Amino acid sequence: MRGNQLTPPVSAKDHTAGPDDAPVTLVEYGDYECPFCGRAHPVVKAVQRELEGQLRFVFRNFPLAEAHPHALLAAQAAEAAGAQGRFWEMHDKIFENQEALELSDIVGYAQSLGLDITQFQADLEAGTFAKKVREDFRSGVRSGVNGTPTFFINGSRYDGSWANVESFISALRAAAHNGVEASA
Amino acid sequence: MTESDTDGRAAQLLPPGTQAPDFALNATPDQILRLSELRGHPVILVFYPADWSPVCGDQVGLYNEILPEFREYGAEILGISVDGVWCHAAFAKDRNLHFPLLADFEPKGGVARQYGAYREEEGTSERALFVLDADGIIRWSYCSPIAVNPGADGILTALESLPRKSAAAKGEFHAETEARP
Repeated sequence: MRGNQLTPPVSAKDHTAGPDDAPVTLVEYGDYECPFCGRAHPVVKAVQRELEGQLRFVFRNFPLAEAHPHALLAAQAAEAAGAQGRFWEMHDKIFENQEALELSDIVGYAQSLGLDITQFQADLEAGTFAKKVREDFRSGVRSGVNGTPTFFINGSRYDGSWANVESFISALRAAAHNGVEASA
Repeated sequence: MTESDTDGRAAQLLPPGTQAPDFALNATPDQILRLSELRGHPVILVFYPADWSPVCGDQVGLYNEILPEFREYGAEILGISVDGVWCHAAFAKDRNLHFPLLADFEPKGGVARQYGAYREEEGTSERALFVLDADGIIRWSYCSPIAVNPGADGILTALESLPRKSAAAKGEFHAETEARP
């Protein structure tokens, strides 16, 4: 409602996939237990494949913990995996197994990814990444996130459809085109 | 300033600078909440059309998650719709809500009308937000298009711009929202 600009902008603190100098940056604020985010996951994957080399994808946590009892744990698990350099692998595992997000399930995913389990569990128990998750959440509120998933394309909230891969890709291509023009 | 909506409805809302009309509405089947009881705290009034409808659910669910941020400003938040107390009780329980939903039920929409936030044709309140300061003066109001969840950034910006009160004024009031048999 106040411009809905991504605040703060993407930085080194974020988990990014794709080139830093990509003409289009897509940011998702998502909740690992949210069914809509679960549906958006393969769409984002398809978009990433289609726009490979042109797209930088960023995921920020927006756990709706009162509605989704496993959302916070899952978000912290992805961050804990990220601390061991495996953020995206855990991110994918969780979204692919949204129905099984108990601690035992999550530890199982960490094992299957070959993570240092002692460290991983210690991080979850200590809530090492709770602050980072909350910071993401706060930034989402400030940026005008009003539900999950909410996407930002090159810093502006995208209110169009993401459920249709083609129209989502067109919006991203248009942003990439404009981005290139703007920087030319 | 009241932000304008595309259909011009925002013009009807009580504008900033106005003393917020006092009201007393049921927060639970056996508990009445009076706005003036909250004097000393900033208050966020969230008028919304209906319990259970998808956008409202997202909106109150979102505010439920943001309560810690609102409480940092010592602010209390009240949801208001024309739904009855038992409907609110079931909705609050289902969504695990931790703030009161008030029943503007009889006379129907009476409070929403006082705030200029009633939709005659639908018989529901607008999706309207008000931020009151600790003295009960409206400092910000916003009328969202009915189908759009306005999020919380406008509320936080409004709270941020209020003069800071002493830490002693921080949230000691929390109404029960649980249903009682």
